[in-house]
Amino acid sequence: MSITYLEAIREAQAKLLHDDKRVFIYGQDVGGSFGGAFKATKGLAKEFPGRVLNTPISEDAMVGTAIGAALEGMRPIVEMQFADFSSVALNQILNNAGTHYWRTNIPVPITVRLPSGGTKGSGPFHSQSMESLYAHYPGLIVMTPATVEDAYTMLIDAVAIDDPVVFCEHKYLYYHLKADNLPNDGMPVGKARIARPGRDLTIVSYSAMLHESLSAAEEIAKEGFEIEVVDLRTVKPLDTATVLASVARTGRLLAVGESFPWGGVTAEVIARVSAEGFHLLDAAPARINAKDTPIPYHPNLWSTHRPSSKAIAAKARKILRE
Amino acid sequence: MLGMTDGGVFSENFLRSRLDVGYNRPMLQTARPKKKSQPKAPAHEKYLEAFRWMLLTRTFEEKLASMYRGGRITGGVYIGKGQEAVSVACGIFLQKGDIFAPLIRDQAGRSAFGEPLVDVARTYLGSRAGPMRGRDGNIHRGKPRDGQLAMISHLGAMVSVVVGSLMAKRGRGEKNFIGLTTIGEGGMQTGASHEGMNIAAVEHVPLVVVATNNHYAYSTPNDREFACANLVDRARGYGFEGYELDGTDLAACLDVIGTAVKRARAGRPPQLVVASILRLAGHGEHDDFSYVTDDIRREPFAIDCLQRTEAVIRERELADAETLKRWREEAAEDVENAFSAAQREPVPSGDDEDWSAISRRDLVDEIGEGGSS
Ligand SMILES: Cc1ncc(C[n+]2csc(CCOP(=O)(O)OP(=O)(O)O)c2C)c(N)n1
Ligand SMILES: [Mg+2]
Repeated sequence: MSITYLEAIREAQAKLLHDDKRVFIYGQDVGGSFGGAFKATKGLAKEFPGRVLNTPISEDAMVGTAIGAALEGMRPIVEMQFADFSSVALNQILNNAGTHYWRTNIPVPITVRLPSGGTKGSGPFHSQSMESLYAHYPGLIVMTPATVEDAYTMLIDAVAIDDPVVFCEHKYLYYHLKADNLPNDGMPVGKARIARPGRDLTIVSYSAMLHESLSAAEEIAKEGFEIEVVDLRTVKPLDTATVLASVARTGRLLAVGESFPWGGVTAEVIARVSAEGFHLLDAAPARINAKDTPIPYHPNLWSTHRPSSKAIAAKARKILRE
Repeated sequence: MLGMTDGGVFSENFLRSRLDVGYNRPMLQTARPKKKSQPKAPAHEKYLEAFRWMLLTRTFEEKLASMYRGGRITGGVYIGKGQEAVSVACGIFLQKGDIFAPLIRDQAGRSAFGEPLVDVARTYLGSRAGPMRGRDGNIHRGKPRDGQLAMISHLGAMVSVVVGSLMAKRGRGEKNFIGLTTIGEGGMQTGASHEGMNIAAVEHVPLVVVATNNHYAYSTPNDREFACANLVDRARGYGFEGYELDGTDLAACLDVIGTAVKRARAGRPPQLVVASILRLAGHGEHDDFSYVTDDIRREPFAIDCLQRTEAVIRERELADAETLKRWREEAAEDVENAFSAAQREPVPSGDDEDWSAISRRDLVDEIGEGGSS
């Protein structure tokens, strides 16, 4: 059996709907025989009548409705058609869901699924990675699974968590990643994973950038350097301890993210390591992100805009020479 | 469970009311207020009860405003002077199991729905015993477990939240519940408000939206807020049933909002009531509202609903002078008690606070030395 990252997300939702009567899926085109723009809910409306519901194109109201249902004991999963459109729901996610537990002592167990990140030809409005933005605000857990197994178990975890979870699933990984089968259990939420052990440089990454980082590490291995690659899995909470332990082994740090460069996850990783592990560093820590422009349409531009394994390898070599 | 599947309708109730929408569209009621509206016979059984909530609210908010002027309240004070009749009618018909999402000028409705006055005083004074424990203040309060949603500032955001709560109740098989939310004519112009109204009709939930046109959004008059002839016409556009209301007339408020609540309970489409009044105070107590023109102050909708109600009570001898005096004294006493109780309670301290924005303590992000303390 071979299962893709996208199928894992569908399977996780099927399991959730099957196991937990409180779960329902709410989003544009998720219902009927259609099953979502990416088919992440294919067949689920038929299998679970009345619980996979098409919505109007109203991102604010989709999340608002989910919040209200969650307050009444449900476990809604909201599918954004693309992460980019969740900007319309920012108010509900950040100001309503994100503040509710702090204000009232009552958490809001919603999961908002964001089909995230770039693919060829998708352009400025169908390619965004918004994890840094959501992580910036209090009250949310932000997941960024990079593997088929994590896509499956972390989505199940997300729905079980009483607090709002922003689940950033990467569209590039939807079809590119395959696993033999789905695990019963994953690593604990909030724990980073050493995706590749090494001793010369730590690359901290997540989501699709994990795979670019792994191929960069593979390439550099031919030059005799062993790069350790950390997969953050969730960017909030950020597993600083695992990152610091890795830097303690390697003495060098490169943080790689696909979101825009100003602030964000990579800046946070560097700030934490600099503040708490300055003595561990043998070279200045560095980071690499997408460029500070909207995301381009043409493949030639797009592949330069996002960090590629080539760009990551070049940056890594520079740090290793220091 | 929650909605309609593509294969058909999953609940019989849903089907019946769904068909109704089509059949009843021509029945949209847009009874316009008579030019100079005469007080109706206060035949409504809840007239005197409603008056007492209005009186309590006015007394409370006058005290609050004076405390604000005396520098005894941190942050803003927002009162509902002139809006008590509309607001009380929003709360007075709600029952246990209903959802109420009030906004800034709804003290009368909140009290009528069961919010203890001491919780209001606690929230304004930041008491740790209050529902918001000093973490949020003034009108931003609620007890969601009791069906009192805690508004966020962002206008229009609560409409869809009520829709979701109602869907969940329906999904659980609860019966006879409704949701009621309020909105100003200003808040009605947000995208969230539009999305919320539309999704309410699509989901066909038992929702009543009571919009109060008090002729200003902060300092902005109606002509810079919207350009449609009449806000109630939007009811038809959304698939709601709509009504207009003279918000200075308590009997009319009880009648129209009471009817809307009944119709929502009976499975009719969502209901929109648009009440007309003048805001008789500043936007908040910091605001002298000098922008409110003399012309508008002479409009019939500028009448003070509380005075008008009391005049009706005296005229029709629904209560004698002695009783009215006693009610006034009791209101003052309730207000006094609420504030003195709240004042005795501890306020939060930054050192003792549990600084966690999520309930899962094991998932709190440890920002460490690099970030906040
Ligand atoms: C989305 C949003 N924008 C701006 C504000 C700031 N604000 C608070 S109340 C208010 C005026 C509201 O007017 P209206 O809805 O008519 O209610 P009223 O104050 O008249 O009762 C404004 C602009 C807000 N709370 N929410
Ligand atoms: Mg107004």
